[in-house]
Amino acid sequence: MSDTAHTAHASAGASPARRRPLNLAYLGLLPSWLIMGFALLLPILIVAAVSVSTRGAYGGFEWGFDLTGYSQILFNEGWEGEMEFTPQYLIIILRTIVLAALTTLLCLVLAVPVSYFIAQQSSSRKALLVYLVTLPFWMSLILRVYAWMIILGKDGPLPRFLEVFGAPSGLSLMYNDGATLAAMVYTYIPLMVLPVFASIEKLDGTLIEAAHDLYGNRWVTLRRVILPLTAPGIISGAILVFVPALGAVLEPILMGGGKQMMMGSLIQLQFGGGRNWPFGSAIAVMLLVFVMIVLIILALRAARKEAAA
Amino acid sequence: MSQQNAVEVIDVSKNFGVFQALRSVSFDIQENEFFTMLGPSGCGKTTLLRMMAGFETPDTGSLRLQDRDIVDIPPHKRRVNTVFQSYALFPHMSLEQNVAFGLENLGWDKARIKARVGEMLERVHMDQFAKRKPAQLSGGQRQRVALARALAPEPQVLLLDEPLSALDLKLRQAMRDELRSLQRDTGITFVFVTHDQEEALDMSDRIAVLGSGEVQQIGTPSQIYEEPVNRFVADFVGETNFFDVDVLEANDNKAKVRTPFGQVIEIPAPVDVSRGKATLSIRPEKLNLGDQVQGIDFTAEVRHKHYLGGYTHYVLDAGGTEIRASRRNASREGDTISVGSQVHVGFVQNSARVLAS
Ligand SMILES: Nc1ncnc2c1ncn2[C@@H]1O[C@H](COP(=O)(O)OP(=O)(O)O)[C@@H](O)[C@H]1O
Ligand SMILES: [Mg+2]
Repeated sequence: MSDTAHTAHASAGASPARRRPLNLAYLGLLPSWLIMGFALLLPILIVAAVSVSTRGAYGGFEWGFDLTGYSQILFNEGWEGEMEFTPQYLIIILRTIVLAALTTLLCLVLAVPVSYFIAQQSSSRKALLVYLVTLPFWMSLILRVYAWMIILGKDGPLPRFLEVFGAPSGLSLMYNDGATLAAMVYTYIPLMVLPVFASIEKLDGTLIEAAHDLYGNRWVTLRRVILPLTAPGIISGAILVFVPALGAVLEPILMGGGKQMMMGSLIQLQFGGGRNWPFGSAIAVMLLVFVMIVLIILALRAARKEAAA
Repeated sequence: MSQQNAVEVIDVSKNFGVFQALRSVSFDIQENEFFTMLGPSGCGKTTLLRMMAGFETPDTGSLRLQDRDIVDIPPHKRRVNTVFQSYALFPHMSLEQNVAFGLENLGWDKARIKARVGEMLERVHMDQFAKRKPAQLSGGQRQRVALARALAPEPQVLLLDEPLSALDLKLRQAMRDELRSLQRDTGITFVFVTHDQEEALDMSDRIAVLGSGEVQQIGTPSQIYEEPVNRFVADFVGETNFFDVDVLEANDNKAKVRTPFGQVIEIPAPVDVSRGKATLSIRPEKLNLGDQVQGIDFTAEVRHKHYLGGYTHYVLDAGGTEIRASRRNASREGDTISVGSQVHVGFVQNSARVLAS
């Protein structure tokens, strides 16, 4: 009793909080609610609203309810108002998903051995290597992509190197999906390495030895012990790479030459030269929904794994 | 037919940086043997065991497994299994899956694996937990699953690295019997690592005592205890008293010495003892006191006394030398020696031993 009195006395100012703790607690969270509301939710709501509005005569949009933006993803309105199926945007969407998935896969394949290598180093070397992995983030993305344009471009180091092995002179490796993929993998791989490294480092080394001891070769050990135990890190890494890769704009435009459009640049175009805000917003909303579905599926799987363990 | 060796360690040395962990270690382990590597922490036991498993390679020397050089054979191709000190059970697999893991990698067919897994889990009394995950088990249960998992593939040699050290005292005692009977039933060669001398004496057919990266002595438990070849072994295995003595004559594993108490006696000695200064070792229980005295006889003052029921330990002072003696309380009058009194101390000649200093 005296204990309580003492506490109340010492922090008299906080005593209303004890009677009605909920109100004050929520008030304390206000800044974060405001940030979430204005910076995250509001833009999404605006984009969603624009996606169901009418296209303005001179660009922009007029408020209203109109699903043309969505129907345009699959159908083209003919001269007499008839709807023709046009796969061109669908192809762009699928290409984007395939490219993002390939980026994720390549990042994973490269990140696992890299993380494994880093995890085996002494702790000071580890810190240095992790720092080096994050180093590219210190420079603007656009500069780094330009660097790749130089590396792969005509008379760049890589084509020159290939000439030694009989490639035709004046070769350029730029402006194709391969170049886009290379730059995307390069851009996003740190996002894969960091979580994968974190989970490999946590892995108990004697489990790997136990797997070898029980006649498991490298492949068996990787598949049945290392991968299942590092799955949480791999899933995080995959999400961190796949989601931004879906919306990538710079790499497809600069590296792919913009010939083959990707979803990111398609959306950008609708707000710029295309002057079709509702259509651009509709694609953006679709992308968002797709990402959310993927994330929910992954989260459910992770939860089920957790429950099973 | 000559007995084949299960493992041969031939002149193995290993350095970690400038630190010499093993110095030209050699010994043979026989088939069906319970072989123990005993030594203080840091003497190289784990390193040696890991070499047998294939996780370390010797800098020089070689290892043979059933007459085959194994230094260049990777761990997953050696018919050797390990019971890890931390058990190293796969946390994402059930007990069943853990035990089946090695068998699957060996390419056994499904029915045979199922039967073997059931048999092994039953053998270690864990069959009712087959579907559980390791996290749901106690330490002792994990230990038994680790054993089942390592024994299931019928390895040529089973390696155990201080498997009992993480268990509490009572469980440790029970697991000693369990391990010993598993070894007898399966006939598999066990190579057991421990720093606990009592464990080693209790369970082993033969013991290799390791100290500072070298083999100090190899022998049966009673050879190690009764006939230690040097101070290190006498000191590390069991308790003992050391006295400085002068060797007057040495030959044929016997030495004539003058004891600090004046007598000249002839007692057993290893071959490396020669004339000059040496150490006499005599274990506390070999010293008899008061009415039990026989053999060599001297007097000492009783400094401390520890009454332990079945035994009493005495700390004595014989002319400035501290001596430890223990006396079995064979009758109710056993405990009549009092602190501060003078007592007769004696020992029979062949229960003492002379060691090179
Ligand atoms: N990988 C290693 N790197 C450096 N030193 C090591 C390594 N492994 C073991 N050592 C050292 O070698 C010595 C023997 O180790 P170990 O075989 O584990 O001893 P034990 O099992 O007898 O306690 C120890 O001093 C240990 O510090
Ligand atoms: Mg050890």
